Amino acid sequence: MTQLALVIDLNVCVGCQACVTSCKEWNTSGSAGPMGDQDPYGADPTGTFFNRVQTFEVGEFPNTETVHFPKSCLHCEDPPCVPVCPTGASYKRKEDGIVLVNYDKCIGCKYCSWACPYGARELDEQQQVMKKCTLCVDRIYDMTMAADDRKPSCVKACPTSARLFGDIHDPESAVSIAIRESGGYALMPEWGTHPANHYLPRRKTRIKIHDDELERADNPLKVDRQLPRPAMNEPTLDDVTTW
Amino acid sequence: MPGDNAPSPSVQEVKNTTCYMCACRCGIRVHLRDGVVRYIDGNPDHPLNKGVICAKGSSGIMKQYSPARLLKPLKRKAGAERGVGDFEEIEWDEAFATLAERLGKIRATDPKKFALFTGRDQMQALTGMFARQFGTPNYAAHGGFCSVNMAAGMIYTIGGSFWEFGGPDLDRAKLFVMIGTAEDHHSNPLKIALSKFKRDGGRFISINPVRTGYSAIADEWVPIRPGTDGALLLAIIHEIIATGLYDRDFLVKYSNAGQLINVKDSSDEFGFFVRTEVPTEEACYEPQDKLWWDRNTNHAVVTHTAGADPYLRGEFKLSDGTLVKPAFQLLQERVKDYTPEWASQITGIPVAVIRQLAHEMGVTARDQKIELPIAWTDSWGNEHDTVTGNPVAFHAMRGLAAHSNGFQTIRALAILMSLLGTIDRPGGFRHKAPFPRPIPPCARTPNDPRAVQPNHPLDGMVLGWPSDPDDLFVNDDGSPVRLDKAFSWEYPLSVHGLMHNAITNAWRGDPYRIDMLLIFMANMSWNSTMNTAEVRQMLNDKDTEGQNAGEFKIPFLVVCDAFHSEMTAFADLILPDTTYLERHDVMSMLDRPISEFDGPVDSVRIPVVPVSGDCKPFQEVLIELGTRLKLPAFVTKEGNRKYRDYPDFIINYETEPGSGIGFLAGWRGKGGEKFLRGEPNPNQWEMYQKNNCVFHYELPKSYQYMRNWNKGYLEWSQRNRITRYAEPILIHIYSEVLQRFRSAAQGKGLTRKPPEHLKKRIDTYFDPLPFYYDSLEAQVTDKHKYPLAAVTQRPMAMYHSWDSQNAWLRQIHTHNYLFVNTRTALQQGIADGDWIWIESQWGKVRCMARHSEAVEPGTVWTWNAIGKAAGAWNLTPDANESQKGFLLNHLISEELPSAGGRVSNSDPITGQAAWYDVRVRISKVGAGETATEPNTLPQFAPMQPYPGMKTRSSVLAYVGKLFK
Amino acid sequence: MHPAFSVIFLTTLIGAAQGLFLALFTAQSYAAFKLLPQPDAHAFYGQGSLIALVLLVAGLGASFFHLGHPERAWRSAAMWRTSWLSREVIVLPGFMGVVFLYGLAHWLNWHPVLMILPGELPVDPTAILGVAGTVLAFALFVCTGMIYACLKFLAEWHSPLTVINYILLGGASGFSLAAAFAAVTAPELVSFLSGWAVIITLLGWVGRAASLYRNARLKPKSTLQTAIGIKHPKIAQKAQGFMGGSFNTREFFHGQSVEMLRGVKWFFLIAVFPLPLVFLLSGMHGGAGLLAAAFTVQYAGLLAERWFFFAQANHPQNLYYRCIS
Ligand SMILES: Nc1nc2c(c(=O)[nH]1)N[C@H]1C(S)=C(S)[C@@H](COP(=O)(O)OP(=O)(O)OC[C@H]3O[C@@H](n4cnc5c(=O)[nH]c(N)nc54)[C@H](O)[C@@H]3O)O[C@H]1N2
Ligand SMILES: Nc1nc2c(c(=O)[nH]1)N[C@H]1C(S)=C(S)[C@@H](COP(=O)(O)OP(=O)(O)OC[C@H]3O[C@@H](n4cnc5c(=O)[nH]c(N)nc54)[C@H](O)[C@@H]3O)O[C@H]1N2
Ligand code: SF4
Ligand code: SF4
Ligand code: SF4
Ligand code: SF4
Ligand code: SF4
Ligand SMILES: [Mo]
Repeated sequence: MTQLALVIDLNVCVGCQACVTSCKEWNTSGSAGPMGDQDPYGADPTGTFFNRVQTFEVGEFPNTETVHFPKSCLHCEDPPCVPVCPTGASYKRKEDGIVLVNYDKCIGCKYCSWACPYGARELDEQQQVMKKCTLCVDRIYDMTMAADDRKPSCVKACPTSARLFGDIHDPESAVSIAIRESGGYALMPEWGTHPANHYLPRRKTRIKIHDDELERADNPLKVDRQLPRPAMNEPTLDDVTTW
Repeated sequence: MPGDNAPSPSVQEVKNTTCYMCACRCGIRVHLRDGVVRYIDGNPDHPLNKGVICAKGSSGIMKQYSPARLLKPLKRKAGAERGVGDFEEIEWDEAFATLAERLGKIRATDPKKFALFTGRDQMQALTGMFARQFGTPNYAAHGGFCSVNMAAGMIYTIGGSFWEFGGPDLDRAKLFVMIGTAEDHHSNPLKIALSKFKRDGGRFISINPVRTGYSAIADEWVPIRPGTDGALLLAIIHEIIATGLYDRDFLVKYSNAGQLINVKDSSDEFGFFVRTEVPTEEACYEPQDKLWWDRNTNHAVVTHTAGADPYLRGEFKLSDGTLVKPAFQLLQERVKDYTPEWASQITGIPVAVIRQLAHEMGVTARDQKIELPIAWTDSWGNEHDTVTGNPVAFHAMRGLAAHSNGFQTIRALAILMSLLGTIDRPGGFRHKAPFPRPIPPCARTPNDPRAVQPNHPLDGMVLGWPSDPDDLFVNDDGSPVRLDKAFSWEYPLSVHGLMHNAITNAWRGDPYRIDMLLIFMANMSWNSTMNTAEVRQMLNDKDTEGQNAGEFKIPFLVVCDAFHSEMTAFADLILPDTTYLERHDVMSMLDRPISEFDGPVDSVRIPVVPVSGDCKPFQEVLIELGTRLKLPAFVTKEGNRKYRDYPDFIINYETEPGSGIGFLAGWRGKGGEKFLRGEPNPNQWEMYQKNNCVFHYELPKSYQYMRNWNKGYLEWSQRNRITRYAEPILIHIYSEVLQRFRSAAQGKGLTRKPPEHLKKRIDTYFDPLPFYYDSLEAQVTDKHKYPLAAVTQRPMAMYHSWDSQNAWLRQIHTHNYLFVNTRTALQQGIADGDWIWIESQWGKVRCMARHSEAVEPGTVWTWNAIGKAAGAWNLTPDANESQKGFLLNHLISEELPSAGGRVSNSDPITGQAAWYDVRVRISKVGAGETATEPNTLPQFAPMQPYPGMKTRSSVLAYVGKLFK
Repeated sequence: MHPAFSVIFLTTLIGAAQGLFLALFTAQSYAAFKLLPQPDAHAFYGQGSLIALVLLVAGLGASFFHLGHPERAWRSAAMWRTSWLSREVIVLPGFMGVVFLYGLAHWLNWHPVLMILPGELPVDPTAILGVAGTVLAFALFVCTGMIYACLKFLAEWHSPLTVINYILLGGASGFSLAAAFAAVTAPELVSFLSGWAVIITLLGWVGRAASLYRNARLKPKSTLQTAIGIKHPKIAQKAQGFMGGSFNTREFFHGQSVEMLRGVKWFFLIAVFPLPLVFLLSGMHGGAGLLAAAFTVQYAGLLAERWFFFAQANHPQNLYYRCIS
C-alpha cells in the first residue's frame, strides 16, 4: 500500500521559507484555497498556512546548533485526527495515505485539531473550515502537468532540495532510502501516530589532519630556503686579511 | 476538499520571465488564470535557479496586487512640507514637461547640479549612460553603500570578485569556508550549490559572529568579533606560509609573488616593481616588464622567462646596486607578527581554531588536488594537458565588506585564496564573464573638472577604476568634482561612488549645492541611509537666509518608486514605476551579469500582465527624457526621436555606431545567428522569449578555467570585445596601485599629490600589502562605554525594505528583535523579550531584546530593514513594523569626526559604507517607561496613503482571479 | 487550551440538565417503591423536565457558537463508530427527546399501566421513559467526558476521572437544582434531593480533587526533544515561523497568567464544593432561597471549573509555538 510523504533533511535546510510561501501561493488559488489572511496590512497580521518553518537553538554558545525546522501535516499512518472527526470530513485516503479534509463536510468544530499533537491543522478564519497540508493532491495526480511538476509545490520550490517526496512504503523509493541511510526519524514517536513524514538529522563532516602532514618533503619552503649566494665580486674577508 | 483526483482548476497560460523580488534574477514561470496571476514557480530550464524559487519569488503575487503600489504620478501640493506626503495626482505629460524643463536648464548651465542616484537598480548600464549623456558626474548606484569593498578588494587583487562577478565552485570543492555571508545576491544558486556540496560530503565552515541561515548548516561555526576578520585572515596567511602550505608553483606562474620590488628606502622608486625594457605589443595594459631573481642562474631575469624559476624569498641586489625583494618576501615579512596568538586576542577565536583553519585549508588544497583532462594553453604559450585545482573554496560578502577596514581585509582574503592556488581553478574560486578584468579594469572617469560642460555628455565614464593618483576626478586644488566626493583623495578607489553621502553633502553644500536629485529605487530616507532621522530633516530643510531663503536646500527632489516607501514622502514629484511583471528589462553584460562559471549569461524580463494604473517603466521615462533633452544617444543627428520605446532601444542601441555591442548579447545579427557581437536583430525579444528569457553562451571547456592566464580564453574575450587586452592578468599579491597613492602621499614621484590634510590618511591606508587596523569608528569610540558591535543580517524571506507591503512575507517578519547573547543580556539584567535601549555615540533606539545562544557575546544583531515608519507601505499606523519593529540605521552615523573635520563613515580606500562598524551599549528601559507607550522609538508622524492608491483590505482571500 | 465559552456552557448546562433529570427519575423511582411520598407529578416531573429541557436547549444552542458551520451540524452524526463527538451529537438529541416525552407524559398525567413487575410494581410510560432517559443521561455523560478523555496527548484529560467528574459534577449541580426546584414544587422531596446533592457534591469533590492531584503530578510525555527529534538537554525555540499569531496560538493557549489560573482554581474549589454544601445542608429542610443559592453558586463555580479544565490542559502542539522573532 502506498503511503506518500515528505522527508525533510534538516542537514541542508537553511530556513529560507520558500516552502512556506510557495505552499500558500499554490494552495490559495487551488482546490484547497482560498487561504485567508486577516489584517494583512495591519497590526498582528495572521493567516492560514499549511507549512511553517521554525527556528530552534540547540546547546549553549559557542557550541550552538541553529536548527531550521519546517513542519506541515505529517500524514500520520495512524492519524488521531481522523477518527475523532464527527462528520467524516477528515479522512485518510486508502490509496496513498494522504490525510485530507473535505471542506464541504467540515463543520469547523476544531475537534480534529485538538487530536493532532503536532499543531498541523489550522482553521481558516474566513471559510471556517479546518485546513492543512494536502500533499498537493491537486498537483501530484494532475496529468495535465509535466511529470516533473507533479510534485508538491514546496518540494519543487525548495532551493536546497531539503524536501523529498515519495512513497515511504516502497523500500526502493528515494524517501525510503533516505530514511534508511540517513537516520530518518519521526516526530513525537511516543504517541504511536506513525507520522509518514520523516526528518533527516544533521550530519557532520570533519577533517582529520595528522601531524606529519604538516612536515613533508614537498614543502615549498625548502625550495626557497637556500638564500641567494652573494655575487662573486662582493666584499669578503679575503679582501681585508691574510692571516 | 472537493473531489480528490479532480484535475486542478485550469491554468490557462504560462509565461516566462525573470524574477525581481530580489537581485538574484532567477527564471520564473508565471501561471495566469484569466489574465490574473495564479502561481509563480521557478523555471526548470533556467541556468541560474534550475526550477527552484525562494520565499520572496513565491510571493510575487502579493507584490503585484499590493495596496502599497503607486498608481499615479504625483506632485507635492504647493506649500506642503516634504515628508508629510501631501500629494496631488498629475498626468505624465505634466511630469515630463516639468522634468524636461528643469533638466534642460540645468544641462545648459551646470550639469553637475543634477544628481541621479539609484538603489538596488539592475539597469545601471542604462541609468549610468543617461547620466553620462546628460553630462553629470553625479551618478551612482547602490555599490558604494553595499559591497564595493568586495568588488574593489578582489578586483584590484585577482581581477574578479565574489558578489555578482564570480563565486565558489562548490561542485568540486572539498572544503568551503564562508565568511560574513547571510544571504547574498546569488540566493538560489548558492542554496542549490550548498546543499549539493554538503550531500557530496564536503566540509563547510562558516566564520560569522552569528549562526543563522547558511551558517546553521555549517559543519563548524567559527564565531568572530565583527570587523576583525583581517586579523584572522592575516594570521591564517602567517600559518600557511610558516608551514609551507602555499601553492608555490601557482604563485610563481600566476601572481606577482616572485617579482622584485625596490626596497631602497630613499629611492623615489621605493615600493615599486623594478622594470626593464621589454618589447611590448601595442596597446599593452600591463607589460610583462618586471623581474624575477632566477634560482637556476642566480640572476635577475625578466618575469616568466622560459626555464627560469624565481626565488619567492630573500633579498637581492641588482647590478645597479638596487636592493630588491620578491613580493612574497614582503608578504612574509608583513605577516611575521600576525601570529595566531595575536589574532586570537583580537578576534576572540581560540588559537587552536585559527591553526586548525589554516591547516585544513592548506592540507586540503595540497593533498586533494583535482586534475581535469582539459587541455589549455597559457598566456606564455605553454600547453597544459590538464586543468588542475585545489578544492578549497571561499565565499564572503558584506560581513567583510561593510567595515571601514574591509578593503584590506578582502585583499587579505584574495591573497589567501591565491596562496592556496584556488583562483579560477576547479574546486576553488571561479570567474563569471565578463570577468576577469585587467587589474584594475580599464574604465576611467574623467580626471579633470573640465570634463563637465554645459550641453555636453560627460567626457569619460561616470564610474571607473583609478590606477594612480592622476586618474582621480578632482579639481586643480585636489578637491572633489563629484557631489559624493568619490574618486577624490578622501576615497580614491570609490569605484561605485558614495551614494550614502549624497544627501548630506548636497544639504550642506559640501562640495556644492545641487538643483535636482533624482532617486530611483532607493529608500534613502529610511533603510539605505545612515543617521536616518537627521537625513529626513535635511531633505526637508530650507535656507533661512540669502537669496534662496525659504527654498529647500535640495531644491527639487524626484523619486521613482513602485511603492509607498518612506522616501516617496519627501519627493516633489513621484514617478510611479511598474512591477517586474509589467515591464521589459534586461540583465545585461554591460551591467552586473548573471553569468555562470562556464560562460556569459544575460536575460530579460518580458511583461506578463498589463501595466497597472498610470505606472510607467523608469526605462521608458529615461528614454523619453533623453529624447526630449536631445541627449546624443537618444536622438538622430537631426535631433529627432531615435527609439520608439525601451524595447526598441534595447534592440537597436549600439555602444558605437556599428560596434555590434548592445545591451543584449544573445541572438544578435540580422537573423539572430550571432552572439555577443552583431548587428541589431529586430526579433531579438521574441528570441529571448522563446528561449526562457535567457541567453547562455557556454565556453569551450578549455576556456572555462585559469582565465586570467588562459591564452585561448583571453583572445576569445578580446575578439568578442569583452576585453580590450588579452594579456595575462597576474594576481597582485603586492598592489602597486596602492603604492602609487602611498608614494604620492609621501611626496614622491610625478603624479598629483594629496592635499596636506589627507596625506597621512593615504599614507596609512594605501598599504600595498594587507594589514589589520581597527575600524575608523572603533578608533573614535570609547570601547568601554560602547562594548558591543551591532550588525544586521538579511532575512531570506524579505528584500530590504520592500516586502513589508507583501501580505504573506510580512507575516513571517512582522517586526524585529535585537538578538543578544544570553549571558551578555543577563549581565545587563535584560530578560528575554524585554524592552531595551540600544545606544551608540550617534543615537538611541528603543526596541525589544531576544536572548540567543547563536551570537558571539560581543555582538548584537537584528534583521535588516524590517522596522518601518508608521503608515508607510500603506500599512496601518499601528502595524507591528513601526510599533515593535526598529531600524538600526538610526544608530549609525554617515560621518565621523576626524582631525580634518568630518569624514565619511566609510572605508578610506573605497568609500564603502561602514554599516557594520557601529559600537553600542544596551540597557533595560526604566520601569514604567514601556507602560505608557509600548512601542519602539524613535517614531515619526504616520504617513497617509496617497491619491490614486488602492485601499488596503482588512481580509484577504486570494484565489488567483480576484480578491474576495 | 483556550477555554471556549460555547463549550463551557454546553457542558455545564447539559450536565446540570442530565443531573436534574436523574434527580427527577430517582425521586420517581423511590416514590414508586414507596420510599418517598408521591409529589405533584404534573408540577414536579413535568415542569422539572421542562427545566431540564430548557437547559439542554440552551446548552445545544451554546454549542452552535463553537461551530464554524452550524448549518452543517447535522453532518456530525455521521461518524458515531469512531467519534465520541459524533456519539454525543446523537445521544444529546435522543436524550432531549426522552426528557421531552417523559415530561410530557407527566404533564398530561399519562400513566397507563403497561405491565406489572413482580412486587406489584406498575410500569407506566414514564417509568420506561425514565429508564431510557437514565441510560441516555449516563451515555451522554460518558460521551461528553470521553470527548476529552479520549485525547491521549492531553494528559490532563486522558483519564477515567474526566468521565467520572463529568458525571459527578453534572449530577451534583442537577441534584442541587432539583432540590431547589423541589423546595417550590415538592417540599416533601427536598431533604431527599438535597441529601443526594450533598453526597454527590462530596463525591465530586473527591473526584475533582483526585484529578487536580493527578494533574499536578503529570510529567509531559512530549518534550521539545521528542517534538523536533533532537537529543540535547538545552533546546530553545527562537521563531515559530510567523509573528502575528495563528489558529495554533489562539486555540491552544489560554493566554492567562499563572495567578489568574490559580485564582480560578480556588474560586471553583470553593464555589463548587464547600459553599453549596453549606447552603444545601442549611437549606435541607425547606429553605428555597438557600437551595437556590446552593445551585447558583455551584453552577457559577462549575463555569469556572470548566474554564480551568480547559486552561489547565497543556497541548503538546504548544511545544511548537513558543517564541516569535
Ligand atoms: N533575502 C534577501 N536577499 C538579499 C538581500 C535582501 O535584502 N534580502 N539583499 C541583497 C543585497 S543588496 C546584498 S548587498 C546582499 C548581501 O548579502 P550578505 O552579505 O550575505 O548580507 P548580510 O545580511 O549583510 O550578511 C552579512 C553577514 O555578515 C555577518 N557579519 C557582520 N559583520 C561581520 C564581520 O565582521 N565578520 C564576519 N565574518 N561576519 C560578519 C553577519 O552576521 C551576516 O551574517 O544580499 C542580497 N540578497
Ligand atoms: N543597517 C543597514 N542598512 C543597510 C544595509 C545593512 O546591511 N544594514 N544594507 C545596505 C545595502 S547593501 C543596500 S544594497 C541598501 C539597499 O537600499 P535601497 O536600495 O534603498 O533599498 P530598498 O529597500 O531595496 O529600496 C529600494 C526602493 O525600491 C523600491 N522598488 C522596489 N521595486 C521597485 C521597482 O520595480 N521599481 C522602482 N522604481 N522601485 C522599486 C522600493 O519600494 C524601495 O523604496 O541598504 C543598505 N542599508
Ligand atoms: S524551502 Fe527548503 S531550505 Fe527553505 S525552509 Fe523550506 S525546507 Fe528549508
Ligand atoms: S500530523 Fe496531525 S493532522 Fe496530520 S495526520 Fe498527523 S495527526 Fe493528523
Ligand atoms: S473541524 Fe471539520 S474536519 Fe475537524 S473534526 Fe470538525 S468537522 Fe472534522
Ligand atoms: S505538500 Fe503541498 S500542501 Fe503540503 S506543505 Fe507542501 S506545498 Fe503545502
Ligand atoms: S532569489 Fe531573488 S530572483 Fe530568485 S526567486 Fe528569489 S526573489 Fe526571485
Ligand atoms: Mo546591497
